[in-house]
Amino acid sequence: MSHLLEVQSVSKNFGTYKALNQVSISVPQGSIFGLLGPNGAGKTTLIRIINQITAPDAGKVILDGVLLNSSHIKDIGYLPEERGLYKSMKVGEQALYLAQLKGLSKAEAKARLTQWFDRLEIGDWWNKKIQELSKGMAQKIQFVVTVLHQPKLLIFDEPFSGFDPINANIIKNEILRLRDEGATVIFSTHRMESVEELCDDIALIHRANKILEGKLLDIKRHYKRNTFEVGITTHDKVGLQHLLSEKFEVTTAQFKTLNDELKLNIKIPNGETSNQLFQYLAGHGQVSHFVELIPSVNDIFIRTVKNSQ
Amino acid sequence: MNHLPLIIKREYFTKVKNKAFIVMTILSPVIFMALIAVVAYLSQLNNDKVHVISVLDESGVMDDVFESSDKSKYQILQNMSLEEAKAITKASNNYGLLYIQKWSALNDVANKITFYSTESPSFTVISELEAKINKKLTNLNLIENGIDVDLINESKVNVGIVQESFEGEKTSKTDSILKLAFGGAAGYLLFMFIIIYGNMIMRSVIEEKTSRIIEIIISSVKPIQLLLGKIIGTSLAGITQFVIWIVLGGFLISIVSLIFNIDLTPMQQPQQDLMQQAMENPEFNMQLQHIMASFYHLPILNLIIAFILFFVGGYLLYSSLYAAIGAAVDNETDTQQFILPILVPLILAVYVGIFTVIEDPHGTVSVVFSFIPFTSPVVMLMRIPFGVPLWQQVIALLLLIATFMFTVWFAAKIYRVGILMYGKKASYRELIKWIKY
Repeated sequence: MSHLLEVQSVSKNFGTYKALNQVSISVPQGSIFGLLGPNGAGKTTLIRIINQITAPDAGKVILDGVLLNSSHIKDIGYLPEERGLYKSMKVGEQALYLAQLKGLSKAEAKARLTQWFDRLEIGDWWNKKIQELSKGMAQKIQFVVTVLHQPKLLIFDEPFSGFDPINANIIKNEILRLRDEGATVIFSTHRMESVEELCDDIALIHRANKILEGKLLDIKRHYKRNTFEVGITTHDKVGLQHLLSEKFEVTTAQFKTLNDELKLNIKIPNGETSNQLFQYLAGHGQVSHFVELIPSVNDIFIRTVKNSQ
Repeated sequence: MNHLPLIIKREYFTKVKNKAFIVMTILSPVIFMALIAVVAYLSQLNNDKVHVISVLDESGVMDDVFESSDKSKYQILQNMSLEEAKAITKASNNYGLLYIQKWSALNDVANKITFYSTESPSFTVISELEAKINKKLTNLNLIENGIDVDLINESKVNVGIVQESFEGEKTSKTDSILKLAFGGAAGYLLFMFIIIYGNMIMRSVIEEKTSRIIEIIISSVKPIQLLLGKIIGTSLAGITQFVIWIVLGGFLISIVSLIFNIDLTPMQQPQQDLMQQAMENPEFNMQLQHIMASFYHLPILNLIIAFILFFVGGYLLYSSLYAAIGAAVDNETDTQQFILPILVPLILAVYVGIFTVIEDPHGTVSVVFSFIPFTSPVVMLMRIPFGVPLWQQVIALLLLIATFMFTVWFAAKIYRVGILMYGKKASYRELIKWIKY
C-alpha cells in the first residue's frame, strides 16, 4: 500500500523547548490515521508543520511523492482544534471566502456549498451571521469549509468537540464517506472511543517523541495479554478461585451480569488455547461469561505513555 | 498562489460595510461641524455681553484713554475715595473697578494700577486695559522727554524684504506661510491617518486571533500575504472614509457658514466692511496676487509625488508595526505597553516638524530628522515646500523603503508566531525569542 504522507525525522525546537524530536510517520493512502498523545506532546506542532504554518528545523515532509511545497495547500483540508469564524460576517460570504482562499473559483465554491448545505440541512443559514449561530452550528460550517475543496489529505484536530451526539454521528459518517471516496484522514483526538471506531492506523506521540505507530489491529494483537474475562456459577467460589490461582494468573474481574457468579480475569500461559481454558472451566461449573480481553486504545495509550516515562 | 486581491477585497468590504464604520463616516463631520457651530455661537454669545468698568483715576491724565466701545463701557468716577468707588461699583453691579493712583514720576506708575472685581477678570479685558494704558503712558513718556510723537509715527517704516534665490526665483513671507501650511497639513494628515487606521489594523488582527479563525486562514495563505492584505484593505477603507469626510465636511461647512451668515448679519457687518475696504485697497490686491503667485512658486509636482511616496511609505512602516502588536497580544487592553514606543517617534516627528522646520527648514535638526525613517515621512513632507534637494529626498525615501521592508519582515515574524499564541502574555523578551523561531 502506498503512503500519501511521509513525515521523515522531523524536529522542531521553540527556543530551548523541544517540541518534536526526530518524528517520522507514514500515513497510508485512503486510511484514517489517528494521531494520539497527551496534551503538549507535540501533535499540534506536527500538524502545523504538515500545513506549512511553521517550518521544521530538520527533517522533511513528503506529500503524494513530492516534497511539501506551497502548491500543496489546496490538497490539504485542516480543521484546527482552536477554530472559529469571523463573527460579523455572514455564513455564506464567509464560506465562499475561505473556499476561494483554497483555490476554488467563486462559482464552483458556491455550487459545492449549496450542495453541502442541503445535505446537512443548513441551507437557511446562508444569510445568518456567525454570532447568531450556536457553537455546534458554527462547527458544522467549519467542517464543510474544511472539506469543500475536496483535498487529498484531511486533518481533523478534535473534530467532535462541541457537537451533541446526533451531530457528532452525522460528522462521523461524513468522515467515513469522505474516506470511502478516496480521501486520507489524519485524526487527532483525546476521545479514545472514536479512535476505536474510526482509525485504521495510529501513531502515539509523547514528549516530542513518537513512541508507537502501526495498524490499530496489529497494535492490539501485540498488546493483547492472552487474558480472558470469565464468569462461572459455582457453589464453592472461594475453593474454585483458589484452585484456579494455582494453575493460572488470576485477578478478580468486574462486569455486570444477571447471575451471582465468580468473576475472574484469567491469563493463560503461552501455547495454551482459549478452548483448553474453556474446557477446564466447564469442568468446574456453569460458564456464563467468556470474553477475550482485547486491550482498548485507552489501555494501550496509558500503558505506553507510562512505560516510556 | 496569490490571494492578495481576495484578502484586500474582504478586508475592505467588511470594514466599509461595518455599521460602526458607516455611522462614524457620516456622523463624524456632522458632529465636528455641530461642535464648530456651537463653539462659534457660544463665543458670539460671550462677545455680545458688554462689560461696564468703573474707573477711578486720581492721576487725572488718563481722561481720554477710556472711550466706551461696543464691547466695554467705562464709567468715570471722580472726587471720591477708593472705598466709595468700590461701593458704587458693587452697587451698580459693574464688571470691576480700575484704580489708578496719583503718582509723582511717570516710571513710578506702572505698579500703581489695580483692578478690583468680584470674580477674577477675563484675560482679554485685562490685556485690553493694559494695552490702552501702556500706549498712553509711553506717549506721555515721549512727550516728557521732549520727543514729538507725531514725528515718530510718521517715521515708522514697514519693511518687506524681497527674497530671491541666486537662480532668480522670487519668494516672500507669504510664500513661507503658505509653505508651512502645506507642509504642516501634509504631515498632520499622515499623523492622523497612521493613528486612526493603524489602530484599525491592529484591532482587525486581534479580532482574527480572538475569533480563532486565524489558524484556518493561515493554513491557506502565507502570513505575509495576510498582513499585507490587511494593511492595504484597511488603508483603502481609510481613504474612502477620508474622502467622504472631506466631501461631506466641505458640504457642511458651506451650509453652516450660510446659516451663520443669515443669523449673524449684524455681527458680520464690520468684518464685511473691512473686507470691502481691503478689496478696494490696492495694497490688499497686491497681497492677494502675492498669495496666488506663491502658490505657483510651490514645487507642486515635487510636492504631490513626494506626498504620495512618503505618505504610503510612512503609513506602511507604522501600520506593519501596529499589525505586529496586534499579533503579539490577546486583547486590546494589553496593547498599551507596545503602542507607546510607536507613538513616541511619531509625536516627535510632528513636534520637530512644527518647531524646527519653521525655525530653519534646512538646519541640522530638520535635515537629520527628515532622514530618520520613523520621522522622515512627517518631517520631510513639511520640509519639501521649502525646496529640498532631490538627492536628499531620494536617500530619505530609500532609507524609508529599506526600513519598511525590515519592519514588514519583523512584523511578519512576530505575526507568524504571535497569531498562534493564545493566552500567553507577550513581553519584549518573548518577542525577541519569537523572532528566532
